[in-house]
Amino acid sequence: MELSKEKLLDFYQTMATCRAFESRVSELFAAGKIPGFVHLSLGQEAIATGVMACVEKDDKVGLHHRSHSEMIAKGGNTNQMMAELFGKATGICKGKGGSMHLADMEMGILGANGILGAGFAIAAGAAFACRYNETNDVTLCLFGDGQSNRGPIHESFNVASLWKLPIVWICENNGFGLSNPVKGHLATDNVSDRASAYGMPGVTVDGNDVVAVYETTREAVNRARRGDGPSLLEFKTWRWHGHFEGDPGNYKDPKDQAEWLKKDPLLSLGNKLIHQKYATQADLDAMQAKSEARIDEAVKFAEESPWPDVSELYTDVYDRQL
Amino acid sequence: MQMTYAEAIRDGLRVELKRDPKVYMAGEDIGPFGGCFGVTAGLYNEFGPKRIVDTPISENFILGHAVGAAGCGLRPVVEIMFDDFMTVCFDEMANQAAKIRYMFGGKAKVPMVCVTINGAGVGAAAQHSQSLEALLTHIPGIITVIPSNPYDAKGLLISAIRDDNPVMYYEHKQLLGVAGEVPEGEYAIPLGKADIKRGGSDVTIVAWSWMVQKSLEAAEQLAKAGINAEVLDPRTLVPLDKEAILSSVAKTGRLVIVQEACKTMGFASEIAAIIAEEGLDLLNAPILRVAAPNTPIPFSPVLEQAYIPSVEGIVAAVKSLF
Repeated sequence: MELSKEKLLDFYQTMATCRAFESRVSELFAAGKIPGFVHLSLGQEAIATGVMACVEKDDKVGLHHRSHSEMIAKGGNTNQMMAELFGKATGICKGKGGSMHLADMEMGILGANGILGAGFAIAAGAAFACRYNETNDVTLCLFGDGQSNRGPIHESFNVASLWKLPIVWICENNGFGLSNPVKGHLATDNVSDRASAYGMPGVTVDGNDVVAVYETTREAVNRARRGDGPSLLEFKTWRWHGHFEGDPGNYKDPKDQAEWLKKDPLLSLGNKLIHQKYATQADLDAMQAKSEARIDEAVKFAEESPWPDVSELYTDVYDRQL
Repeated sequence: MQMTYAEAIRDGLRVELKRDPKVYMAGEDIGPFGGCFGVTAGLYNEFGPKRIVDTPISENFILGHAVGAAGCGLRPVVEIMFDDFMTVCFDEMANQAAKIRYMFGGKAKVPMVCVTINGAGVGAAAQHSQSLEALLTHIPGIITVIPSNPYDAKGLLISAIRDDNPVMYYEHKQLLGVAGEVPEGEYAIPLGKADIKRGGSDVTIVAWSWMVQKSLEAAEQLAKAGINAEVLDPRTLVPLDKEAILSSVAKTGRLVIVQEACKTMGFASEIAAIIAEEGLDLLNAPILRVAAPNTPIPFSPVLEQAYIPSVEGIVAAVKSLF
């Protein structure tokens, strides 16, 4: 089915915002303004955008350590996100979580998780709660190809299928588990090859094609909402940067890197929009400028925000001071 | 009315399952089978499969899904069949349940209870007999409840389920059949309030779980020797009622701490350190710990009996202070 002009323009705007956010974080990290570890999803924006366009505010999403774009696409507040990366009091987690623990329960964002593999069961629990409460909400659980090798995935895949939980498993296969290429860590050609072992459909799709991502996810979300159980979706893409900022990615073959850079998902969508006469280059430039302005504002907000009071160290451990 | 410890726990579960539709249980063989130790017997018939959920042998899933479900508004009570098995799902308690409130800046809560069972003395050998309660007391964010009699078991469980923090609740194999007076219906024992199980003036014996029974027996023997021992049960290790311990030691001037677990880095060491820091001037004698040796738990009944801290050992330790 051909998607509407409005939908495609929305995709472009979201992808441009993700790109702008991540590019700016890369610069700020290099400039020493962002502490800690940051893992960027530059080049993976089509997955975040296409996937999150399939769910509503009350649907839940479980994220991983490389999830800034996913959070933006689910409706995350970029000012509060940037302030969190800076460790400021106005951060979405009051500066206590940082890049790896962004969360916004009100937006159904169950949180990025720094422990790879821990998110499967948490997302399954959210799906369990959605059904227990007799809502029609679904949960998306996103993870990487490296994470797909953690043991807990087996338990959650099995139980989710056994109980037909309203969940969609979404693997962002970006080619590497840190430095280890997929051929070095995965026994099968595709992560989705494992789906049949759990009695669920599995499919591998081009993760740089936002329309393909959207349509694939929408079908799986509909299936989950109908009560027909989980699906395993694998979107193949490429991580442009290193595992974390500061990792030069020397383990990548430069030819592969060059090939994948040519498959820039934002550029591809822009070309499609121009080809279909949905937008001119000037329109695209204007949308990019709008995204840049949003990130300018986020950085300004973060820079001007106060540090947390040191007393915050001791709060939120429990619901009360023990 | 008279109830055993197991019946009191079951009654506490029943009270909360009836009171709050968000409370449910999940675990291995807790449904029609009634639990490995019979604690949940009959609850499946009373509350049905939605509220009493049998899971596969999947500890990561059991605890992890509870984190997600609790984060989405349910109040799960999950069972891990033996405390020894907590080590296979340590991440779900230590890195997930314990940390989510804090790393998400207080904007998420994880009101869940994990019930498990401790204890040697049944010939279950090294992997089904440990008392590992100290492990998770090292992780801020978790409450630790460890009752020693039927009255406490029910009242503390009700408080645990109503608490908005993740709670570890430790049953004990040797206490399941111990009977005592338990009120019908609802009553909640505040978490963090110690209980003097036997008043005395000459020495304070701090003990929890099965070791309270052993310490009470020791106190009877000591009374015959003219030593009037006070037996103090903290009932919860986190929060710890250190004021109660300090005020008892202020009265007696002597402190012996009894734990079933092996000696090194057990919770007795923490209590000893607290009293050394805050109450050294109250003491007329060194603080002593009575604990198991630093060995795995052996199978042979002869070896196992030598392993478990004994009434005679407690008596001898106390007498050595006079």
